[in-house]
Amino acid sequence: MASLINQAFQNAKKESRPALLTYTVAGDSTKKKSLEILKSISDYADICELGFPHNTPIADGGQIQTSAYRAIKNGIKINDVFSLANDFKKSKKTKPIILMGYYNMIFQYNENKFLDKCKNVKVDGLIVVDLPYPENKKFATKCKKRGINFIQLVSPTTSKIRLKKIIKDSHDMLYYISMLSTTGGKLKVSPKKILERYSKIKKQNKSKNIVIGFGITEKTIKSLKKADGLVVGSAICKEISNSIKKRQNAVTNVTNIVKRLKNKIK
Amino acid sequence: MKLKRGIPLIDQHDQEGFWGSKFGGSFIPETLKKPVEDLTNEFKKLRKDKRFLKKRNFYFKNYIGTPTSFVKLNNLTNHLGGAQIWAKVVSEANGGAHKIYNATVHALICKSMGKKYIVGDTGAGYAGKMLSMAAKKFGLKCKIFMGAKDIKRQKPNCDAMKKNGAEIVPVYSGSQTLVDAVSECMRYWVSNCDNTHMCVGSTVGPNIFVKICGWSTAQISRELKVQLKSQFKKIPKKIKLINCVGGGSSAYGFWSEFIDYDKKQIELIGVEAGGPKKSKLHAAPLSKNTKIGILHGAASYLCQNNEGQINDTESISAGLDYPGVSPIHCFLKDTKRARYTYATDEDALNAYVMVTKYENLNPSLEPSHAFAEAIKIAPKLSKDTIIIVNSCGDAKKDRDILKERLGKK
Repeated sequence: MASLINQAFQNAKKESRPALLTYTVAGDSTKKKSLEILKSISDYADICELGFPHNTPIADGGQIQTSAYRAIKNGIKINDVFSLANDFKKSKKTKPIILMGYYNMIFQYNENKFLDKCKNVKVDGLIVVDLPYPENKKFATKCKKRGINFIQLVSPTTSKIRLKKIIKDSHDMLYYISMLSTTGGKLKVSPKKILERYSKIKKQNKSKNIVIGFGITEKTIKSLKKADGLVVGSAICKEISNSIKKRQNAVTNVTNIVKRLKNKIK
Repeated sequence: MKLKRGIPLIDQHDQEGFWGSKFGGSFIPETLKKPVEDLTNEFKKLRKDKRFLKKRNFYFKNYIGTPTSFVKLNNLTNHLGGAQIWAKVVSEANGGAHKIYNATVHALICKSMGKKYIVGDTGAGYAGKMLSMAAKKFGLKCKIFMGAKDIKRQKPNCDAMKKNGAEIVPVYSGSQTLVDAVSECMRYWVSNCDNTHMCVGSTVGPNIFVKICGWSTAQISRELKVQLKSQFKKIPKKIKLINCVGGGSSAYGFWSEFIDYDKKQIELIGVEAGGPKKSKLHAAPLSKNTKIGILHGAASYLCQNNEGQINDTESISAGLDYPGVSPIHCFLKDTKRARYTYATDEDALNAYVMVTKYENLNPSLEPSHAFAEAIKIAPKLSKDTIIIVNSCGDAKKDRDILKERLGKK
């Protein structure tokens, strides 16, 4: 049977649009709130990425850092992240969820224990920002054994030979980083150029679902709709921060953004 | 886990970059894979390139001013009555600390790679000051990332950086110290790695940065070996090399030539920052038995909680105020070649007072931690024991802290 992640891409394809992937930080702004946000946006998102926050996130820009620090300050623990995922999956059985974070959290929890837990709560995929290829090969195999998609990242700096190897060893989905940047940077490369590079990667193996992330906002999303999927993270985290600042309902505001994002790629 | 003889410690890692198969590595985002690989290849080539070595030696001699002196601290020795206390006065190097070796080498590599911009992190401000000096010397544009707390407490070095034309980028996230500066510097490099070279200020970070830094500071022990032979005719029978350890760059540089010696002949003692006596916080991952974790691209002993979140650290010395430590020091600890201990803020201040009272030497708060250990053990040791402290930084930068804590100067 195809994985839920694969199915999500197929469903989007049937509607001739890219899949919409959202990223929120578990526990932002509180455990309860983040679950509400997740459930609410999943009516519009095809795949939900859920970050397990780290306090030294070397590849994240200001918006996601703020969300991560806020969640940690409000007491989120890794076991809470699992119970959040579990709660979410109970009500949204077919919605794929991807956990994303930094390797030290997994290392301290113990790799096998972490992955068993992911399997138990029905996590569909994992992205580990600072565990690159080929060092991640063993870990990726462990994921596969448990039916979890390990999502490889590729970037504009990834060499041709390396790209080939990564794609060969990848599972259902790959994540293309649009530009040299941390998350939430301003799109400094033209969408045309990004799509050119993207199609070169896509050509290597058409059966793989490749999403584009970094710098995607309400303004830029439409220009990249040729991709299999598009990830929006910082723009959402920013909206949570803004809602808190303005004392508005973050669930409604974030849902509205995701709704608008979805409408732009229909 | 075993040390090999006859191979520099910086090269004793496996294919994936781990020392003792568990310390170090390169835990980096995909975007940095290529620039790290390019740098690795360039360094591999340059360190064998005779012209590059000639250039390095030229600048070490004529710009940094090697060798730095090796002196006996007669008054302190007499006062403590025990082992002889000597100092390798590395603070005589251009700029006032050992950070100039790594900065100069990185600037040369940056030039050789055809990059025009160089960025670096700094805690005490020495790594930043030296990088700004080297950048100016070699015509590179320079940005220094520094925690907002450190900018306040190490003002003299910030003034120097600005004078050298570098831009200081204050970092307000987290604890606003070195750990945050390194994170922000890495983030900047992720976004600008196509035209910018990154210098990591110590023997920390992804594998290649540990190697380049260690290769650069190793100059200290090469000099010391020659100086020991000329002073004592041969290497003495009982030596203790005491060095402070934050990231561990000066300690590795001070020890590298002596690691192959038996530890009964040459003992290596690393002194970490124990923090304020009354505080639970410290920056001593080796001597306070922390667990291995991953920070800034490398696995090392690390001040962290059960979840893997990095702990706040606290030390009077900005240069030692870092939750991780070099993987090569973790390796030296686990192979039991080096012994690690800590000194508290108060110990370091007392040592500073004593050293400056008896000697014409002005060690910064970082080496004052090493002096604290020397002062503690010297009276119990025989007169033929040679204690050598690496006085790796000058206290000019600590002017404000010393004034506040000691009420004078």
